[in-house]
Amino acid sequence: MLTCKQISQLVSQSLDRPLSWSERVQLKLHVLMCNACRHFKHQLNQLDIAIQQLKNETMLDQTIQLPIDAKTKILQAIELDKKSI
Amino acid sequence: MADNVNNWLNDHGDYLYRFAFARLRDTHLAEDAVQETMLAAIKSNGFKGDSSARTWLTGILKHKMIDLQRKQFREQPISDLIDLDASDTSMDDLFNQSGRWLDKPQTFNMPDNALEQKQFLSVLDGCLNKLPKKLRVIFLLRDVHESDNENICKELDISATNAWVMLYRARMGLRKCLELNWTGA
Repeated sequence: MLTCKQISQLVSQSLDRPLSWSERVQLKLHVLMCNACRHFKHQLNQLDIAIQQLKNETMLDQTIQLPIDAKTKILQAIELDKKSI
Repeated sequence: MADNVNNWLNDHGDYLYRFAFARLRDTHLAEDAVQETMLAAIKSNGFKGDSSARTWLTGILKHKMIDLQRKQFREQPISDLIDLDASDTSMDDLFNQSGRWLDKPQTFNMPDNALEQKQFLSVLDGCLNKLPKKLRVIFLLRDVHESDNENICKELDISATNAWVMLYRARMGLRKCLELNWTGA
């Protein structure tokens, strides 16, 4: 029997790699019986969705701009780079 | 050539910067990533016009962000950040000796209107900033690596196990922080 701690690791890894058949079965059975781990699994899905929303919001935020001095720095770096060739 | 860079910066600089900032959450790192992208773009002469300049530049940016991340991993060994041996105690405040939850997780009350959504994302942003930088970046860059995990590890020169442990730590930290700071409506 896997503990909740081990199950929480499996839940996390299920988002990063394909689980084996036996891992999937153990996870499914545990989550069926354990409210806390079922909620945890749901939390990680909610977290993934929220992270995607945060990225989308950042992409749409026109107030986030490459600062002027960073632009100048980049153009200077390119000049320097050209000379060094 | 210089005209090209000027145009690229004017037309796509903000977009590239936002793309980098969305995943690095650090203004200096994001600026560095855009600068490296421009330097690489001008050298490569690779733009054939068969894709849009933006798509092409974004492709370069993704590589540069992974490079920056790899550099971070080289500078500080992962063992400084995570204890991988069996005596690891970092999760002891979450689970008891027999591996049961000390505080049982509850699902989050997700926002259901625009104002709440804004507040929620701002709490999430705060939680991301509290994570150790490497954990934050490996977690946020997941969508930039070619989706499978083997690639992340190859590109970052770390073992798959280390990557899973770090992603686990990042998620545990974020969910705990959200539980503490987001009560919902």
